[in-house]
Amino acid sequence: MFPAIPNPTTDKSNARFGEKDMIRRSASTITPPAKRQTEVAKLIDVSKCIGCKACQTACLEWNQLTEEVGVNVGVYDNPHDLTANSWTLMRYTEYENPESGNLEWLIRKDGCMHCEDPGCLKACPSPGAIVQYSNGIVDFVKENCIGCGYCIKGCPFNIPRISRADHKAYKCTLCSDRVAVGQGPACQKACPTQAIVFGTKDEMKAWAAKRIADLKSRGFAKAGLYDPPGVQGTHVMYVLHHADKPQLYAGLAENPRISPIVEAWKGVGKYAGLALIGLTAAAGVIHHLLQGPNRVTSEDEENAEKLAGGKS
Amino acid sequence: MSTHDDGSGAHMRVRRYSGSARINHWIVAISFVLLLLSGLSLFHPSLFWLAGLFGGGTTVRWLHPWIGVVLVVGFIGLFLRFFAQNLPERTDWVWLARIRHVLKGDDEYLPEVGKYNAGQKFVFWSQSILVIVLFVTGLGLWAPGLAYVEGLFGFKATIDQLRMAALIHAGAAVLAITIWIVHVYAAIWVRGTISAMTRGFVTGGWGWRHHRKWLRKEVGHDERSRVTPAE
Repeated sequence: MFPAIPNPTTDKSNARFGEKDMIRRSASTITPPAKRQTEVAKLIDVSKCIGCKACQTACLEWNQLTEEVGVNVGVYDNPHDLTANSWTLMRYTEYENPESGNLEWLIRKDGCMHCEDPGCLKACPSPGAIVQYSNGIVDFVKENCIGCGYCIKGCPFNIPRISRADHKAYKCTLCSDRVAVGQGPACQKACPTQAIVFGTKDEMKAWAAKRIADLKSRGFAKAGLYDPPGVQGTHVMYVLHHADKPQLYAGLAENPRISPIVEAWKGVGKYAGLALIGLTAAAGVIHHLLQGPNRVTSEDEENAEKLAGGKS
Repeated sequence: MSTHDDGSGAHMRVRRYSGSARINHWIVAISFVLLLLSGLSLFHPSLFWLAGLFGGGTTVRWLHPWIGVVLVVGFIGLFLRFFAQNLPERTDWVWLARIRHVLKGDDEYLPEVGKYNAGQKFVFWSQSILVIVLFVTGLGLWAPGLAYVEGLFGFKATIDQLRMAALIHAGAAVLAITIWIVHVYAAIWVRGTISAMTRGFVTGGWGWRHHRKWLRKEVGHDERSRVTPAE
């Protein structure tokens, strides 16, 4: 068992991280702090998950959210997708393993992966609407969100959702408010099987290695850690029994990275665009300075009058 | 046609745009400028302050698409009014081949031009295409508009299509702004043009210098059928 995180004291304590620990701020240039905090991570061990949805409930509870009553269409997924209120969702897949002939129930807790290279933040046009702290947490700042939905286009995991009520984007915060006082996320706290554990990223990697060794000894030769390098690693990681086939787990991205289309849109495209507009305007000014105005002469006026006179 | 005293001496005036055409152009011009300012505010962080002109980024997010709808409707009006006079002609190629003389303002070396020269036709057609591109890709960035169109046609845009829409929308906007700068600059550089947009008239000399074929037609128009049988 992974050692439980002790309950916090009732004494007032200062937040363990805050604005001074920002390493990225959307649509802003900031100087990151000289010293980075220890990176935190949540480890989701899919092989231990029993699909009880305690994590979903705990998430709604802690964040004071209410999900609409849905419709059962014959699957366990409830709600059917992430929403502006449901920041985490159990996705159930029934998989017939061709090698063992077993039916495997693969249950993946979906939600924000807290990428080290967050596509949402890269795409966001509103200063300070998305921030990344040096402990790895990527958080949305509601007051600065304008509801444009660019974060959805930037995200390689299809996570953020725009609320129809207040037109702002929402996703898992990794319980940044709980982490700030030394607690683990609500979902982790509620998990009855320790399928969700929380700690420093190094601790989580070490714990995952143990779990993977155990899975391998039980015949899951391809068991492994999902910490995708395409986004420079994530602060929510999975232990998968079939790490070679992440797609099995309700379409978990095989090799996630910020889409090259988004990179072009938000990278070189911006500077090329501004340069083109600026150069065109400059060309106009220079042409006018060199050439002077193109004026109608009195000769032109006379010719026009002659033309008109000749006709009438 | 009439003469009037504008203070710089009495010049013949030729009507170039009707009142409704000018109002139509004003609608498109104002919505274009508003779209440019609001769009640029989300284009680059260094321009986000422009959102303040509209009351903040949230307002820009919902207002920009609706201004776009106004522009599209207005532009359809301009297109229907002017497309016939913007069809390409043989002389357009001659005009383009002598672009050096155009830039020097040596109008005497240029072929006689009808209502629009090749440069104006280029602006007309490129903006027509860009308006369509901006409208279609803009839908991909506008959640309520996209939901409506998806419902109407029964499809669901993929995330990569929406990303592409964002990229193309930004690129097309840059081109449209660039061409708009050329359009505005040409109107300023070629003195006597702005009055066509504001008052609907130009002087006869302006017509003689820049659009002689058009002037001949306008001058002949009233009398041709009645007095002179044919030219």
